[in-house]
Amino acid sequence: MEHLEIKNLTLEFGGIVALQQVNMKVRKEEIHAVIGPNGAGKTSLFNCISGVYKPSQGDILYENQSILNKKPHQIAGLGIARTFQNIELFRHMSVIDNLLLGRHHRFRSGPLSGIFFWGRALREEIAHRRKVEEVIDFLEIEKVRKKVVGTLPYGIQKRVELGRALAMEPKILLLDEPTSGMNVEETEDIARFVLDIKEELEITVIMVEHDIAMVMDIVDWITVLNFGSKIAEGTPSEIQTNPKVIEAYLGEEN
Amino acid sequence: MAIRSKTFRESYYEDIKLFQTIWIRVWMVIFLVLLATLPLWGNPYLIYLINLSCITVVAAIGLNLLVGYTGQISLAHSAFIAIGAYTTAILSSKAGLPFWICLLASGGMSAAVGCALGIPCLRLKGLYLAMATMSFGVVVENVLITWDKLTGGVRGIHVAKISVLGFPLDSDNKLFYFLLIVTALVILGIKNLVRTRVGRAFIAIRDRDIAAEVMGVNITAYKVMAFTISSFVAGIAGGMYGYTMGYIHPEHFTVLLSIQYLAMIIVGGLGTVLGSIFGAVFIVLVPELIKAFSRFLAFLIPALKGQYNEEWNIAAFGLLIILFLIFEAEGLNGIWRRIKTSFKNWPYTY
Repeated sequence: MEHLEIKNLTLEFGGIVALQQVNMKVRKEEIHAVIGPNGAGKTSLFNCISGVYKPSQGDILYENQSILNKKPHQIAGLGIARTFQNIELFRHMSVIDNLLLGRHHRFRSGPLSGIFFWGRALREEIAHRRKVEEVIDFLEIEKVRKKVVGTLPYGIQKRVELGRALAMEPKILLLDEPTSGMNVEETEDIARFVLDIKEELEITVIMVEHDIAMVMDIVDWITVLNFGSKIAEGTPSEIQTNPKVIEAYLGEEN
Repeated sequence: MAIRSKTFRESYYEDIKLFQTIWIRVWMVIFLVLLATLPLWGNPYLIYLINLSCITVVAAIGLNLLVGYTGQISLAHSAFIAIGAYTTAILSSKAGLPFWICLLASGGMSAAVGCALGIPCLRLKGLYLAMATMSFGVVVENVLITWDKLTGGVRGIHVAKISVLGFPLDSDNKLFYFLLIVTALVILGIKNLVRTRVGRAFIAIRDRDIAAEVMGVNITAYKVMAFTISSFVAGIAGGMYGYTMGYIHPEHFTVLLSIQYLAMIIVGGLGTVLGSIFGAVFIVLVPELIKAFSRFLAFLIPALKGQYNEEWNIAAFGLLIILFLIFEAEGLNGIWRRIKTSFKNWPYTY
């Protein structure tokens, strides 16, 4: 079953075409990679899915419902979480607060019960704190849970950002270059987390990634973009031997 | 018996408690007892200064919620305080309503206007927002002057004396408790608010608004909410001000007052409740400090005798803000936190 379907998506900024007639199908509980050279429109595609950009043509179906006219916060509420290419954490909040914010739409208490901080607001804070601890445990960031995010090293911040998205308990997770700027060891950690996210948490993962070795290792399906258009799709082994992809992105072996 | 260290917690509830350790609670009790018995041993001028501080603290907290927490610069704060003060004045003197209705109505009136201002200001950021809110402040000031049938115009308006259960609060000593209780309630309420979902959403909007939206925060709703709650608190402060002064005039609520409040929260510490308290008390005390300092200078250099006047206060405010921006971006709250940490870790350095 298609979890997310993108139909003829076209995105234009003034005269510049960022995405052209892109079609893509993401099945439930698969790891789907979007690859391609810089400027191919990968992040633009993510921004369309999460509602930050409004495409000029086409449709995005999530569980067979169009999410095109929804606001970003509504799309988040439906269960689509994401991380960003350049870390977009709330720098002055602690790790716990960042993750709790990820659970924002699952809270029910409003400002009034917040002001009194008893009954529902208090119970909710504690219940969600428990859930957040599960994510902290999952990502092995116990040591930094009370640290202010802005003071943490880059690799850990990336992991906290992943945690913030996971705290939402999403059904689809969009990862925008989760391993950029990481060393081999950190990249392997992230790869392991992504596999666990798929298998243990049963979340569909769509990722933009430049580390081709990692992509080939863990993903189920690959979509290749170039200059805003889809040039290929298939399993990792099909993509590796696709002449179009080799020309545009992967390059010759020697 | 289990030995508990200072960072030992057994439940998540202990982790989010307002007063975390027994010592903080002890100090709080001592502080409150000292405050509560103040009229018995303090001099009237000190009481007057504390009354003034209470009003200022409440208004500063309101502004800090909007500027410090949510990151929406506002120069309309004086206008919201004015709306609160005039609502209290009109309801208490013309309609003779009891104080708690007047105070809540002041808050409600300001909140309604704040909400109405928040909606068109949604798309504005930074300097543009500052300009828009400043214009609104000027408009309100002019409305207060021009609508003299309701507001008394340039003649000002009297506020009826406050009475609790038929017991008139007609002196600073008696007002003291009233102001203290209202201030404590506001501090507690806002302190609670900022550690829950709403407070986190405010900070998220300040730090990264697009990320906040993608994480599920309805930015539109929360920005308007920040405006509304901030002006509600400002309205309460206005009501307190009216009751304390007994007479209000449009000139009490100029744009300069808004700037003064911005100065307070910068000096105290943006985005902290404690910082707003520090900043407000500090700015109330600055004129006193300058006066004391000028007496000291006059004592050292007789030629300076009698040179002090109120204008120096304004110069000192400006100087203070510059100094804080350069040397202590976290404000008084940052200094306080550093002192606290070094005591907590003593005798180790970190």
